[in-house]
Parts: sequence; C-alpha cells; structure tokens
Amino acid sequence: MHVDPEIIRLLAFLIGVIAFAALNAAYLVWLERKEAGHIQRRIGPKEVGPFGLLQPLVDGIKLMTKQLIVPAGVDPVLFRIAPILVMVPAIMSFVTIPFSETLVARNLDIGLLAIFAFASVNVLGLLLGAWGSRNKYAVISAARVVSQNVAYEIPMLVTVVTLVMITGTMNLHNIVMQQQGGFWHWNIFNFSASPLMPVAFLIFFVCMLAETNRAPFDMAEAESELVAGAFTEYSGMGFGVFFMGEYANIVIGASMATILFLGGWDCPFGLFPGVHWFLIKMYFLIFTVIWIRWTYPRTTFYGLLNLSWKILIPISFFNLILTSAMLKVF
Amino acid sequence: MIDYLREIISGTWSLFVGLGITIRYFFQPVVTVQYPYQTLPMTPRFRGHIELVKDEETGETRCIVCGMCQKACPSNCITVNGEKREGVKGKVLTEYRLDFTKCSLCGLCVESCTPKAITFSKDYNLAGVRKEAYIFDLKKRLEAKNR
Repeated sequence: MHVDPEIIRLLAFLIGVIAFAALNAAYLVWLERKEAGHIQRRIGPKEVGPFGLLQPLVDGIKLMTKQLIVPAGVDPVLFRIAPILVMVPAIMSFVTIPFSETLVARNLDIGLLAIFAFASVNVLGLLLGAWGSRNKYAVISAARVVSQNVAYEIPMLVTVVTLVMITGTMNLHNIVMQQQGGFWHWNIFNFSASPLMPVAFLIFFVCMLAETNRAPFDMAEAESELVAGAFTEYSGMGFGVFFMGEYANIVIGASMATILFLGGWDCPFGLFPGVHWFLIKMYFLIFTVIWIRWTYPRTTFYGLLNLSWKILIPISFFNLILTSAMLKVF
Repeated sequence: MIDYLREIISGTWSLFVGLGITIRYFFQPVVTVQYPYQTLPMTPRFRGHIELVKDEETGETRCIVCGMCQKACPSNCITVNGEKREGVKGKVLTEYRLDFTKCSLCGLCVESCTPKAITFSKDYNLAGVRKEAYIFDLKKRLEAKNR
C-alpha cells in the first residue's frame, strides 16, 4: 500500500501542533504559579510531583471530572461553541509559525496576515460566549473586550505594516531569513530602516499583552469587578478550554514578537542557529509577560483606552511615516 | 508636546523600575515557612494549655496540691487531687485534670501557683474529634514526657 508522504507529514504536524499547544497551555499555568510565587517570595506549587510538576495534570483531571453546567436561559449553541472558537484559531495559528528553518507545518506566503486574521477570531469567541451566557457581568466584560481589542488592534497592525514595508514580504520564513547573522541584523535594532524600531517592538509587545487579555489589561476577567467576566457561567472543561486558549494565544503572541523583531531562530552571536534559539526567545518573552502580570496592578478601563488612542496609535503612525520616508530617501 | 513626550518617557521608565524591583524579589530566597515540614520556634510568651513543670532536682512535679489553681480558675476547669503518704512531707499529687474545652487561657492559675508548678505549654496544633480528647490528665502527661 502506498501512502502519500505528504499525508504522513500533515498528520505528524497536526499531532505535534496540538500537543505543543496543549502542553504549553498546561505548563504555562505551572510557570505562572511558580513565577508568581517567587516574585512574592513564596515557593508556589510544590506538593504534586517534584517541584509541583504534576500540578497541571492534576488540575486538568479535576476540571475534567467536574460537571459541565449549562445554565437555564443561555443560548445553547453560542454557549457551547465559544470555548472552541477561542481554542481552535490559536491552534490553527501554529500551523504557519516557523520554529526553525525546516520546522514549519505550512509555509504560507501570507502567513503574517493569516495569524492576525486568526487572532481576531479569539475576540469573537469571547464575545459570543459572554453574550450567550445571559449574564450581566459577562456582557459588560464582552463590551470591554471588544472595545479594548479594537483599540489595540490598530497600533499593533500599524506596527506590523511598518515591518512589512521594511521586509517587503508577509512570509514569516522570509522575514526571519532577512534577520540572520547576529543580533545587529534583527528588526528590533534595524536602525537604518527607522530609529524607532525598539519603540515599535515595545508597542507591539504592549498590544500583544492587551490582545491576549493579560494583566495589566485583563479587563475581560477583572475578578474584583466582574466576578470572572466572560467566563462567569462556564464550569469544568468549558472554562478549562477558554483558559488553555488564552495561554495558547500568549504563546502565539510571543512567537510573533520573536519572529518579527527578535530574529526567530537566529542566534544572537551568529553561532548554531536552530529551534532552541526560537524557544529560548519565545519563553523569555512569555516569562516577561508573566513577570509583567505580577508587577503591575490592573489599569482602569479609561486608562487602557487612553494609552492606546493617545499614546500608542500616534507613535505607531509617526513610526509608519518616518519609516516610509526613510525607505524612500535611503 | 514636550510635556506629552516627557510624560511618556518618565512613565515608561517608571514601569521598568517596577519590573526591576519584582525581578530582584524573584531571585531572592523565599521567606515563607513550609509549615508541616518546618516550624518556627514558638515565642516564649505563647499561651497554650497549662502543663506541670518538672522539678529538676527530684524529676517529679513541684505541685504541693494546695488547690490554689483550682480556686483561681473562673471556668472551673482544673481538678486537683492528692493524698497523704507515709514518710513523705506534704501531700502527693495523684491527679491533675484540665478540662481544656472550657479553659479561656486567662492564666490566673499560673499566676496563683506559689511553687511555680504550672506553666503554659507550647502546644498549638491540637486536633481531635471528641470532646474527651481535650480533657487532659497533666500528671500522666508529665510522666510521659519524663519517660
């Protein structure tokens, strides 16, 4: 019997991508709790397994054994479909992320566009779930999430447009290949294109935090005001899938920052490039995301919108104009 | 315009200062005590339930069965019994029963004890499922401790 190697390759990548997303979602919770603990000078989880390493498994089993309550009065379709709408685009985004020169499931020419298209479905999932819950906290949370994401998608996409102008391609593989050969080639230090590139990276990173609803922009589930926001009515694995989707989105965001600004799998000193450098950079960014969560308190909603409309959007537009002028002149 | 930029730069700088503080805490050793495995030494003035003091010379209790603690106790949780024995000066303690379910740890018994025979113990992790578990025989307790 002859089996097309392309099908085997596809299946291997499918399983690999799902396993990578699920494993990350599980162990980022562990990392988050450990890091939060040490920042507060505690230890964090330590009882289940060595260094509490089995904690995510135990948490997962606990969530799976819980009853999936569908409260009376919710929209039965939207309520059930919403967690999947958050999780699936996150996993789909992994398809086009190049982890190393050869390790990529599908090298799309419009990979950048595909990822940002999938990323915006995440908001839709939250909105539908919150609306379908028929819960006032959830609806307030949904309204916040949507206005927050509209506000932060603009500076993020303007920054990405700036970057696409510099690289001239939307193929993630090519974007990384242009940054090979040491950290001075990375886009974050690409001063010949625009002297504001580190600022652009900062804007991208802040927008990434806001897009993934991470603290200090976690308006979606501001516990002190909105119980659990959009997740109020979800129980068991319904909540668990939302939670995993959130962490998978953080991985996507950190991967994008790595690819666009930090040279992907390139070694900072030009030695031994490979998938390990990609993972080191990505996990360092994820570490920073968690570090930020446990440093800053939650902003107010107006503070959050002011930051976007008054600071991030003007600066990113200024950077766009500056970059286009510099590309034209030099 | 200058103010706008200055606010952005100083604001961003303050955020980095905050990150610096938390990362310093991250690398410092933990300060929490892992309770069931580690315990802190109890403070000297901690008031647990009372217990009998061992006399260093005789190895026995210092109690002279005067009954002052029993009289001083506002909740009537102390019962002291003693007997006269041949060849022994004074009374000998046979039973010192403390009903800890009623005790409010006021310490009047400790204050009233002339030979300083009772003191506060440092027992703080008591647990039991029956009321009887908190009726202590302090004489037996002292003997068990001496053994």
